Amino acid sequence: MIELSINGKAHQVDVPAEMPLLWVIRDVLNMTGTKFGCGQALCGACTVHLDGDPTRACQTQVGDAVGKKITTIEGVQGDVAKAVQTAWQKLDVVQCGYCQSGQIMSAIGLLSTNKKPTDADIDAAMDGNVCRCATYHRIRAAIHEASTMLG
Amino acid sequence: MHMLTTVQSLPADLLEGLVTRDMVPEVATSRRSFLKASAIASAGLIIATYLPFAGKAQAASLNDPPMPNAFVKVGHDSSVTVIVKHLDKGQGVTTGFATIVAEELDAAWSQMTTAFAPADAKLYNNLFFGAIQGTGGSTSTANSWMQLRKAGAAARAMLVAAAAKAWNVPAGEITIKEGVIAHGSKSGHFGEFAAAAAKLPVPVDVKLKDPKDFKLIGTHVPRLDSVIKTTGKAVYSIDIRRPGMKTASLLHPSRFGATVKSVNDAEARKIAGVIDVVTIPQGVAVIAENTWAARQGQEALKVEWDDSKAEKRSSDAMFADYKKLAEQPGVVAFKAGDTDAALAKAAKVVDAEFQFPYLAHAPMEPLNCVIEKKADGTCEIWAGSQFQTIEQMTVAQVLGLKPEQVKINTVWAGGSFGRRATPNGDYFGEAAEILKATGGKYPVHLLYSREDDIKGGRYRPMFYHTVKAGLDDKGNLIAWQHRLVGQSFMFGTALEPFVVKDGVDATAVEGVADMPYAIPNLHADWQRTESPITTLWWRSVGHTHTAQAVEVMMDEIAHAAGQDPVAYRLALLKDHPRHAAVLQLAADKAGWSGDKLLAGKGRGIAVHESFSSYVAMVAEVTVAADGSVKVDRVVAAVDCGVAVNPDVIAAQVEGGIGYALGTALRDKITFTDGVVDQANFDTYEPLRMSDMPKVEVHIVPSNEAPTGIGEPGVPPTAPAVSNAIFAATGKRLRSLPLDFSSLKSS
Repeated sequence: MIELSINGKAHQVDVPAEMPLLWVIRDVLNMTGTKFGCGQALCGACTVHLDGDPTRACQTQVGDAVGKKITTIEGVQGDVAKAVQTAWQKLDVVQCGYCQSGQIMSAIGLLSTNKKPTDADIDAAMDGNVCRCATYHRIRAAIHEASTMLG
Repeated sequence: MHMLTTVQSLPADLLEGLVTRDMVPEVATSRRSFLKASAIASAGLIIATYLPFAGKAQAASLNDPPMPNAFVKVGHDSSVTVIVKHLDKGQGVTTGFATIVAEELDAAWSQMTTAFAPADAKLYNNLFFGAIQGTGGSTSTANSWMQLRKAGAAARAMLVAAAAKAWNVPAGEITIKEGVIAHGSKSGHFGEFAAAAAKLPVPVDVKLKDPKDFKLIGTHVPRLDSVIKTTGKAVYSIDIRRPGMKTASLLHPSRFGATVKSVNDAEARKIAGVIDVVTIPQGVAVIAENTWAARQGQEALKVEWDDSKAEKRSSDAMFADYKKLAEQPGVVAFKAGDTDAALAKAAKVVDAEFQFPYLAHAPMEPLNCVIEKKADGTCEIWAGSQFQTIEQMTVAQVLGLKPEQVKINTVWAGGSFGRRATPNGDYFGEAAEILKATGGKYPVHLLYSREDDIKGGRYRPMFYHTVKAGLDDKGNLIAWQHRLVGQSFMFGTALEPFVVKDGVDATAVEGVADMPYAIPNLHADWQRTESPITTLWWRSVGHTHTAQAVEVMMDEIAHAAGQDPVAYRLALLKDHPRHAAVLQLAADKAGWSGDKLLAGKGRGIAVHESFSSYVAMVAEVTVAADGSVKVDRVVAAVDCGVAVNPDVIAAQVEGGIGYALGTALRDKITFTDGVVDQANFDTYEPLRMSDMPKVEVHIVPSNEAPTGIGEPGVPPTAPAVSNAIFAATGKRLRSLPLDFSSLKSS
């Protein structure tokens, strides 16, 4: 039995320690806000936070997440998360929306450590998150908008 | 004549499974019970219309018997639910359709919500697709514009009539503003009058708003799906969970056209969580308790394939075959004047060749659907369904059911770009085969991996073009000879009769055969190739390659004539004012005639019509000494008729530019001995944040009926970039993806 802390709640799961965290979250715990895009940490759709750091859940073995605070899109909170989600909504960033959980988790990670990111900072932090609808133009604007909101 | 009628209530099962803005569940059970309750309790006023659509390109449907369509539901809680018969895969039709209804209804934006329509071609056929319910060809808004305006206006008239009766005042004195019905000191909300309104006779003819009175159309309204898609609450088919559901992973042959010869599944069955392995016509499926086990099971399969009918060529060999074919005339797609004679006497001839690779769509949500056998033998499906009617027929055929016994719940789709709409039902058929092979013992969730997706075919077909253009001694364009070589995805399908005329597949030659430029001698023909490699429409279809060939050629020709590429085009577009207007607007906004750019930078322009919309773009690029190219800025001008949601239109053009840039910069599907070389986002790498240019979208004000916008942003992008690279370097790159190796300055 593996014990996990997700969004502040304790969960016990009976799975092998090498099972990817993504599938534990989605298929075992049925929390579906975190998405599957590539399975190889190439697209960022599965981004969650481990102790606050954006992490690709598809390439993280569940055993390595034990003892860490796991946060998914369903559990984000605080000023930065609120600013990011508000900015995304204000600028109508989403199209199909499928990658946006991951985009938002990466953006929260960026703004949590860098309140005033430059375009180059945004490129560096967000290049691992693919959006096939190519909402990049608005994601960039929304990160700047959230940064402004955060003061 | 438009007849309207009401339906007193909607069956509860019709609403089950529909996902709406405010009805997104924490868990499936609460959603189902909520919807059942809401369907029973609040089916206040439902407008069904008999509306033979009176738009253009509607000739076929006008002759059909009128069919009822239920589009607008007003609840006792004053919520207005627009039933959306199209798939929303990001293009924003849900927001667009709600805007149209809210406008005619004078509703407040905050009371609007949407639900996806059930699969029912009698009620919800696409008016451009005859008897088929489906989404594609950038037709959604064009289809629904009048249909939904009339439905909204009818609902408004009935609410007004109900209020007039209740208050005993003349209907003509009642106003509605932002969802508040008022007369003098009296006022009320829609919900108070919905039940009474539903019992009233439906207006036979309804007066639509004068466009000058539009309050929502043409303005920015917030997308209805922004909140659920930024909080992880939007439900896609990959998120569907059914009691007892198992996950299936399907191994396809590595060569197109191969079939299963033998299967050794011993190792796969040893994987913890693997339940079963079944062979179906399309491949070998592993069924497991979860996705991880299914993936491991697929990797452990040992399958021997029969490659006797498979494609075994490599991409180079295929292109060599295409080039050989291009030496011979193909079937004529368009002919005017005498091109051979005009070329023979031309003062200058410009000739060029263009190669285009296969392309994968690679939507972010890998293809998947859930299929479940019901106790009565029928079946139910949850999917980002794009061709509901064809999918119903496909599944019905596999399972021995009638199409109407296949219930499809359409849910949000994580992108499509054409991939989800197939003439043969594709992955729905695969899911049905797996359900059949497993006896319907449990609901099956068929889920592709990214590798299954990228290697799985249904690609934008590979194409090869040769073009010869003749100029007279004054630089006038007097002849254009164009040959296209490539596959058709229409031949042999149910759609062939609608698209293929005189041996020409319109989707293969669109953009060339109907080019707008005034050229006295024009000849276009097409050599059709065949391969087991499966192909499909891909966001903007034939225009993905024809716009590149035509617009890069126009640039070359203008330079050969010693003229400005904008002025040269404008002179040839005198009979096409909408092309000319977007071209001029893009040029003006981009500062085409302004200051020269610094060394290493260049501007290029392109204009193209697709899906009855007109888009021009100016791209600005920087070419570094090492030959690398950065697209700095793209300025787009768009004419798509009435702009229902200008911000959604801008978003579609921004996204179209990004989607197309990936193919200009690097995307290609290639083959080695018949096996696809790419597998995931490392080898088929989409555009990323750092590649995205600054984008400006300018919309031409218009009173014309709305036309497509999901696709038209794609075609001008690559030629504008190619032409900008020429402006920066003097080097002409034609084929896609652009080969930057020749741009190195040392």
